[in-house]
Amino acid sequence: MAAPGAAAPGGGRSGAAEWGGFEDNMQGGGSAVIDMENMDDTSGSSFEDMGEMHQRMKEEEEEAEGEAGAAEEEDGEFLGMKGLRGQLGRQVADQMWQVGKRQASKAFSLYANIDILRPYFDVEPVQVRTRLLESMIPVKMINFPQKIAGELYGPLMLVFTLVAILLHGMKTSDTIIREGTLMGTAIGTCFGYWLGVSSFIYFLAYLCNAQITMVQMLSLLGYGLFGHCITLFVTYNIHFHSLFYIFWLGVGGLSTLRMVAVLVSRTVGHTQRLILCGTLAALHMLFLLYLHFAYHKVVEGILDTLEGPNMPPFQRVARDIPVVSNAILNTTAKAVALTL
Amino acid sequence: MAAAEGSGAGGAAKPLFAGLSDVSISEDIPVEGEITVPVGSRSPDEDYSTLDEPVRDTIMRDLKAVGKKFVHVMYPKKSSALLRDWDLWGPLVLCVSLALMLQGGSADSKDDGGPQFAEVFVIIWFGAVVITLNSKLLGGTISFFQSLCVLGYCVLPLTVAMLVCRLVLLAGSGTVSFVVRLVVVIAMFGWSTLASTAFLADSQPPNRKALVVYPIFLFYFVISWMILTFTPQ
Repeated sequence: MAAPGAAAPGGGRSGAAEWGGFEDNMQGGGSAVIDMENMDDTSGSSFEDMGEMHQRMKEEEEEAEGEAGAAEEEDGEFLGMKGLRGQLGRQVADQMWQVGKRQASKAFSLYANIDILRPYFDVEPVQVRTRLLESMIPVKMINFPQKIAGELYGPLMLVFTLVAILLHGMKTSDTIIREGTLMGTAIGTCFGYWLGVSSFIYFLAYLCNAQITMVQMLSLLGYGLFGHCITLFVTYNIHFHSLFYIFWLGVGGLSTLRMVAVLVSRTVGHTQRLILCGTLAALHMLFLLYLHFAYHKVVEGILDTLEGPNMPPFQRVARDIPVVSNAILNTTAKAVALTL
Repeated sequence: MAAAEGSGAGGAAKPLFAGLSDVSISEDIPVEGEITVPVGSRSPDEDYSTLDEPVRDTIMRDLKAVGKKFVHVMYPKKSSALLRDWDLWGPLVLCVSLALMLQGGSADSKDDGGPQFAEVFVIIWFGAVVITLNSKLLGGTISFFQSLCVLGYCVLPLTVAMLVCRLVLLAGSGTVSFVVRLVVVIAMFGWSTLASTAFLADSQPPNRKALVVYPIFLFYFVISWMILTFTPQ
């Protein structure tokens, strides 16, 4: 196509016939190159076309397979055995494929989940330090919604720290858990409190029309555990009851106040504020009390004398409930008396 | 057409076969690399076949690799051997031996206050997984099993500390023995933390090293505390 056009002026040139001829050849070569490029589509030597070729081949293969399958089915009609074997083979292959696909998608979704969580772990050490300090400083600003960082690194690490401290407390108090390990109990308690109370308060906040998201709630409650960590770490090592109550009211109270202030600033209406903050404060303070007394030597002794040492709580029958409440009342009264 | 004419005029000025220089592969198209396929000389990797070697060689090679990594942990240099070819044999051995030594004689007695085998096992593996996920979430560039391998191998100093503690406890339990155990455990705890930090810190973004180191610190702290408070019954 290009060659004759190029040949005409080359040939028309007067004294350069052979040059023209050469050029003609050259142009021929050029057109050959163009032809080669055009041929690439079919030969499939260039990378862009490889995919297309591959797809085409695959389609052809699938068609062939379909035909083969049809032939096999026809065979199956004639020869039952052969068809059965073919079907079995196909079924097994299908099953394998399904299992492989499921596992691959599971692995993929795990990585996808990691990527989803990554923004919540985007913090600097300085930020974590300031947030830890701020979790102990209640801000009295209730007209304007206070800022909550939606971050999960700090809370997660605080929960793990609490797990370690609880393990320590359980060990030093010689707590014996009959069903399960100390580790499992500690992890269950801490994560159960963090996730459970966060979801519960989030649900309440939804009912009370407070402006807070689940991640913010998790972050708020998680940083609120900083006070618990400090209190428990100190009081598991230094066994003074008065010291614990001072810490309980001081450190635990401060972190609770901080959370309450944040929630108050994000809720409208007195009743709603009272419900939400009352629930949160009660749960948070009582949890600290529970963690301290559940794994403490002295009260374990008291409970033992009250209830008998070899009576695991989950084996009690319903008749014993008044006795239990009595025991709880007794301990609470003692605790109150100790504070006063 | 005009282009062809121009090239024709240019070709007239050039000597014979000047056009060939355009045809052949000229210097503006770089052609590099090994085009010829070496047939005669084979690389040692191709000869390296583990199919027909004695079982002893296979086991010894793996044991040597594990031993080399132990040495790397005891002398934590800036080396990527622990990261490059990871394995979980060493961590398994260390974890099982630590758990066995911590088990104590409490399996048959009524009050089992000592740490159970399963508990130690779960703490080590669960802790390592949590640290790894945390480092991944913070933007680390290390793979999951590499991190598990490093954390598992870095339990080695603590296993040594456990061994020393048991020997000291055999000699007797008093204030002196407690002080000796305290010093040994603290030293080995520091060693473990430093070694794992030296291996893992490079794969982290530089401004977040503290955030990655904290869970590692907590992990080894819990293990070393368990070792310190261990008393055989």
